[in-house]
Amino acid sequence: MSGPQYRLPAHVPMGGRIDRETPLAFTFNGETFTGYAGDTLASALLAYGAFPLARGFKYHRPRGIWSAGAEEPNALVQLETGARTQPNLRATQIELYGGLAAASVNAWPSVDFDLMRINDWLSPIFPAGFYYKTFMGGGFGAGRWWKLFEPFIRRAAGFGKAPSVPDPDRYERMNAHCDVLVVGGGPAGLSAALAAANRGSRVILADEQAEPGGDLLAGDRAIDDAPAMDWVAAALEKLGSAPEVTVLGRTTVAGLYDDNFATAVESVGDRFGPGAPAHLPRLRLWRIRARQIVLATGAHERPYAFPNNDTPGVMLGNAVRHYAGRYAVVPGKRALLGTNNDSAYRTARMLADAGVPVTLADARETPPAALAKEAESAGATVEAGFAISAVLGDRRVRGAKISRILPDGETSGAPRVVEADLVGVSGGWNPALHLASHRGAKPVWREAQACFVPGDLSALGVWAAGAATGAETLADCLEQGYAAGRDAARAAGRTKRTRKPVLKADDSAAQAPIQPLWAVTSRRPGGRKGKAFVDLQNDVTVKDVALAARENYRSVEHLKRYTTLGMGTDQGKTANVIGLALMGMESGRAPETVGTTTFRPPYTPVPFGALAGRDRGALFDPARETPMFDWHAANGAVFEDVGQWKRPYAYRRAGESLEDAIDREVRAVRDGVGAMDASTLGKIDLKGPDVATLLNRVYTNDWSKLKFGRARYGLMCHEDGMIFDDGVTARLGDGHYVLTTTTGNAATVLNWLEMWLQTEWPELQVFATSVTEAYATATVAGPEARALLSRLDSDIDWSDEAFPHMAAVTGTIVGVPARVFRVSFSGEASWEINVPAHYGLSLWQALIDGGATPYGTEAMHVLRAEKGFIIVGQETDGTVTPFDVGMGWAVSKRKDFIGKRSYSRPDTARPDRKHLVGLLPLDRKIVLPEGGQIVADSEQKPPVTMLGHVTSSYRSPSLNGGFALALLKNGRNRMGDTVHILKLDGGADPARVVEPVFYDKDGGRLRG
Amino acid sequence: MQRYSIFSLARNALTGHRNWPQAWRSPAPKPEYDVVIVGGGGHGLATAYYLAAEHGISNVAVLEKGWIGGGNTGRNTTIIRSNYLWDESAAIYEKSLQLYEGLSRELNFNIMLSQRGVLNLAHNEHDLKEMSRRVRAIRGNGVDSEILSPAEIEKLVPAINISRDLRYPILGASLQRRGGVARHDAVAWGFARGADDRGVDIVQNCEVTGITRQGGRVTGVETTLGPVKAGKVGVVVAGHASVLAEMAGLRLPIDSHPLQAMVSEPIKPVLDCVVMSNAVHVYVSQSDKGELVIGAGIDSFNSYAQRGSWHVIEGQMGALVELFPIFSRLRLMRSWGGIVDTCPDASPILSKTPVDGLYFNCGWGTGGFKATPGSGWAFAHTIARDEPHPINAAFSLDRFTTGALIDEHGAAAVAH
Amino acid sequence: MLLIHCPYCGPRDETEFGYGGEADIARPLEPEALSDAEWADYVFMRTNTRGRFKEQWVHSHGCGRWFTMVRNTVTHERGETGVFGGVEPEADG
Repeated sequence: MSGPQYRLPAHVPMGGRIDRETPLAFTFNGETFTGYAGDTLASALLAYGAFPLARGFKYHRPRGIWSAGAEEPNALVQLETGARTQPNLRATQIELYGGLAAASVNAWPSVDFDLMRINDWLSPIFPAGFYYKTFMGGGFGAGRWWKLFEPFIRRAAGFGKAPSVPDPDRYERMNAHCDVLVVGGGPAGLSAALAAANRGSRVILADEQAEPGGDLLAGDRAIDDAPAMDWVAAALEKLGSAPEVTVLGRTTVAGLYDDNFATAVESVGDRFGPGAPAHLPRLRLWRIRARQIVLATGAHERPYAFPNNDTPGVMLGNAVRHYAGRYAVVPGKRALLGTNNDSAYRTARMLADAGVPVTLADARETPPAALAKEAESAGATVEAGFAISAVLGDRRVRGAKISRILPDGETSGAPRVVEADLVGVSGGWNPALHLASHRGAKPVWREAQACFVPGDLSALGVWAAGAATGAETLADCLEQGYAAGRDAARAAGRTKRTRKPVLKADDSAAQAPIQPLWAVTSRRPGGRKGKAFVDLQNDVTVKDVALAARENYRSVEHLKRYTTLGMGTDQGKTANVIGLALMGMESGRAPETVGTTTFRPPYTPVPFGALAGRDRGALFDPARETPMFDWHAANGAVFEDVGQWKRPYAYRRAGESLEDAIDREVRAVRDGVGAMDASTLGKIDLKGPDVATLLNRVYTNDWSKLKFGRARYGLMCHEDGMIFDDGVTARLGDGHYVLTTTTGNAATVLNWLEMWLQTEWPELQVFATSVTEAYATATVAGPEARALLSRLDSDIDWSDEAFPHMAAVTGTIVGVPARVFRVSFSGEASWEINVPAHYGLSLWQALIDGGATPYGTEAMHVLRAEKGFIIVGQETDGTVTPFDVGMGWAVSKRKDFIGKRSYSRPDTARPDRKHLVGLLPLDRKIVLPEGGQIVADSEQKPPVTMLGHVTSSYRSPSLNGGFALALLKNGRNRMGDTVHILKLDGGADPARVVEPVFYDKDGGRLRG
Repeated sequence: MQRYSIFSLARNALTGHRNWPQAWRSPAPKPEYDVVIVGGGGHGLATAYYLAAEHGISNVAVLEKGWIGGGNTGRNTTIIRSNYLWDESAAIYEKSLQLYEGLSRELNFNIMLSQRGVLNLAHNEHDLKEMSRRVRAIRGNGVDSEILSPAEIEKLVPAINISRDLRYPILGASLQRRGGVARHDAVAWGFARGADDRGVDIVQNCEVTGITRQGGRVTGVETTLGPVKAGKVGVVVAGHASVLAEMAGLRLPIDSHPLQAMVSEPIKPVLDCVVMSNAVHVYVSQSDKGELVIGAGIDSFNSYAQRGSWHVIEGQMGALVELFPIFSRLRLMRSWGGIVDTCPDASPILSKTPVDGLYFNCGWGTGGFKATPGSGWAFAHTIARDEPHPINAAFSLDRFTTGALIDEHGAAAVAH
Repeated sequence: MLLIHCPYCGPRDETEFGYGGEADIARPLEPEALSDAEWADYVFMRTNTRGRFKEQWVHSHGCGRWFTMVRNTVTHERGETGVFGGVEPEADG
């Protein structure tokens, strides 16, 4: 690459935003280039000429830089390599930093020579949607062709590449509230922020660019007869000194949501590249709740389409102006501008001032006289009534043709060749109404300006100003911005009256109206050669739009989906309106009746990492740990996740397998004494005179007669009669109970009780308080449990007479106040000791020191399954009633409760529902698979008649073999039958149906 | 109908593609039809197609208030699978998958069915038990499903974080190899073209505003284009089922919620199959265009607004980046919302109603796309014969009275 | 993200709240007196209104109070809120 020959020399008074004193070296596709601080990657590359740096998505034609901002469809690059690589960035939005390394995407073997260009030559058989019309099957059987072809399509699709290692960067979130959020720091946005600030509002001004100023950054505008950027600097100083104003630079408002909630992404460390200071997050996601929002988001220039309009060197007209004015780059020696509106005259003036010969083809027969005269006196040639009708060249603009244009877009007469290596095109302006669209504003077609403007959203507290509303002059932008800022502040309750500043802009009124022009490409048969692109990113041409119309994909959404128009990473910022208008012409409708596309958040793409923020690793749903957690971890515990909790699954000793550990723990409880950390069980303190009434209504059994100092087990159901929780509730005093829930349901049950108490039974006097984390709980179980407890320092009488099964006692133990419930989930005599959470570890240590063997959840599961005790969520799945699990004894016939009425529905009352049963495999050495499906006939071929499934299955050291619980259709009437449990890999294990209690059937041990 | 093929493409290339016919007509509604289908989404168009193709009933109109395929058909994450727990569900979803497998050919329209496999992750002991039960039940119903170890998962999905140090580590997964994705719009368009070819009138921009009845029998509909008489009316309007039910004096066990989905920018292939996780609330696949297509749970509140709340997106992105740390620097390109109609048992309703000749097909919740052909096929049978086919008999409205619910909460990607 | 006006605490982000669905579904006083269809109507059937909809919310990460709120399910525009059981908010709400 020969040097930056397209950078204007320093004596040309342009390029005010770069710092020529700070050159920055960077690489692109491995070659070294030099730019300046203040450049974007795009401007720095354009200084070397408008060479191809990308390839089209479908046809792989050479592509250059098309715009100077967020609307860029072409110049997507892969930034950096390794862990910090980033695909699909727009070169127009990358601030240059020293050492930057970028590369082209989606070209093979290189962007200069891309073999996939073959698609361009084959394109006659690849019109829009061609893939819907082929690969249906053919002679190779259903879908076979597609299976062969799809992998090629996948490899060819996509732009850049994902990193291959995890992201080393950090992302932050910030929450903010304000009276007025101003989006956009151009003239309208700055005016709005000043107006709102003057009224004493809390203001946030967010601007996406490296510095505020918007269109004024081009440097060719004046306010009060001074350079407009002086006014910008003064405005920023004023805002900076206002205490309630926050100016967020490099911050893109990505989406607006209900109640003026805005999300914005601030580039913090990102702009420094991989060498960013380590203390900076890469990005910061702002979550802003604004009372009022001012949208000063500007407008995007749109082109009009003509053959080969994708050739590198063709750009948006105003982008040419910005590259010259802001960065001192004019990527051509002779320029042709095509326009249908006034804005290109500023570009022509700029180019002429830079010494670049320029021809301006204005489609209007009568261009605005003053502007034309001014341009011509600066040295430009104006061709009235002409439009660009073709570009010559492939990898670079070698010239162009202009033709006399008729109002319908057809040309007349022979084209004229214009010598040019830079082509700028302006087809009008599209107000950036994306954010308004997020808030539900339907765009309104404004015929006079041939554009959509945002609908009125003031009722929702959203105001638009400046070019975002179609304003064409600087004077209007300043005026509207101030008015919107004032109105927004007033609506936010800031009523202080202020004096409006009088500003003199360098323009006052638009000179001549736009003449709509969408495409210069004949729609007549045998029309012009060469592809004329509407959507450059997705390679959608004028002909593709015509094909969609022909095939009746005429709704705007069908057009988009069929041709992929506007579905790219730029969301069609420069393409959508042309596509709509062309569809309208094809189908004889005005653009507004074709429909409008709904812009979706985000405005520009947002990295996933910024959305996830800090909610990663340990902070992704932080784990809950009991007060005894550290002891468990230090003593061989293998943890399992139960809800958000970490619970010990088993404690492995050195040299022990997990199975051995579980066996040992089960034996310890059956033969000696075990201790389990049950702190995770939900605990709800219930106080008030009506607790028993509440319990009667939410549990299936009767609570009227529960005495002080006693506990009772209960089943909780939904109104459909299906079990959703169970647990023991103890009565600690008059009007004081404590209810336990399953680990996973603690919050759900509290919410359930509160819902009924507050919304349905406000007359009940009950206070429900979660005390789950206030108490640590240890279960002490086994034939030697009483002996152990009796050895501890305690004022509790542990004898069976004083402390029988299902009793609840308060006292002290090892010097700690305790609530102790004698309940058993293991079948052994068992005490559940609750102490204030911070004493949990000392209680636990005392139990272990006293000789208890710690046991985990899996041993607990085995112990309870031997007794036939259910686990909600394992024996039940939301389709199981108390009767189904054989717990009809816990269902009161005398009172109403939630769910009761459902038991008499025909299906719920069926006697042959699935019942809880026990299964003993005929081969006692095996353990039946949990989840195993039960069949009567093991020979049946699928689909087989499944009668139920194994809900729990373990090897029992006490029973010396495998056993299981199961839900079995009509199970209680199948006792003694042999059923078969299907294996995954074929075959089945026979098992005998038995009662679901395997151990100590009469319950003598737990009462012992 | 002009048949589509590589040959017809080549032939039309010679004339600059100027001679392709309309994929479907845009007729004005006739005053009367044998059957009116309300709703031009995938399910409604499939119903019309199968009424004509399987039952010889072609005097049918599909009335669509907007543009066909514009509701949930065009807003979903395009996942297709039939790995459902209960026999009743397995039957209808498997029927649907089988129809999908031959659909491109049957419709002469490439719906781009891509059977890349659907992986459901298990993150804890409870998930593993559930997965075991589910896989065994699915296989019992003759549907393909298998269990993968973490090592096998990593081989299939190299981008996934298989580390045991993950907050919710991946302990296993079930895989349905026949599951995958299809091009959602193409399903609607293919059925539309096929139905149109068989004489069905597809009327867009025609909103039904009333359901007319006489003596307990439906007689037609009121529309924004005037009244249309009909012998039978089938309502297939996804999120708006309750609104249509009210027009006929009926109540449904349905709540409408926003469901959001999103896509990343297109990147080169990085994910070959569909990955779903109930426990951390996210599902993701990569489209043929290179976009990651991502979905999660529904927003909590009732809404007809086709938009949801921001925090839902943050939550699912956190989950996605946990599972796929290398996705962190990829970028969200577009997010949107649909309206899903959720049933208490997370199963659909394909049913006759107390009004003779009026049929409802709704309640598909978050998973209707995969059921599109099966739903249309069974609904067409129900309308044509005035009785449900055995595969949708269990999905009748009266199950809410008898209690014979089909609780598939575990089957939806994310619990409601 | 909705900004919900808790009648007790004032405006707060949606993430502080739990949703309770349609309001004013009173539990029948005598369920046993209902037909299966009437019971099903109470348990399962919902109006699922498109438009102004009275629903219940709970300020679960705040005061813990349930309340009703009218919201348009198409525009999300909010109407009046109401409290249960005569538990009136403090005057300064």
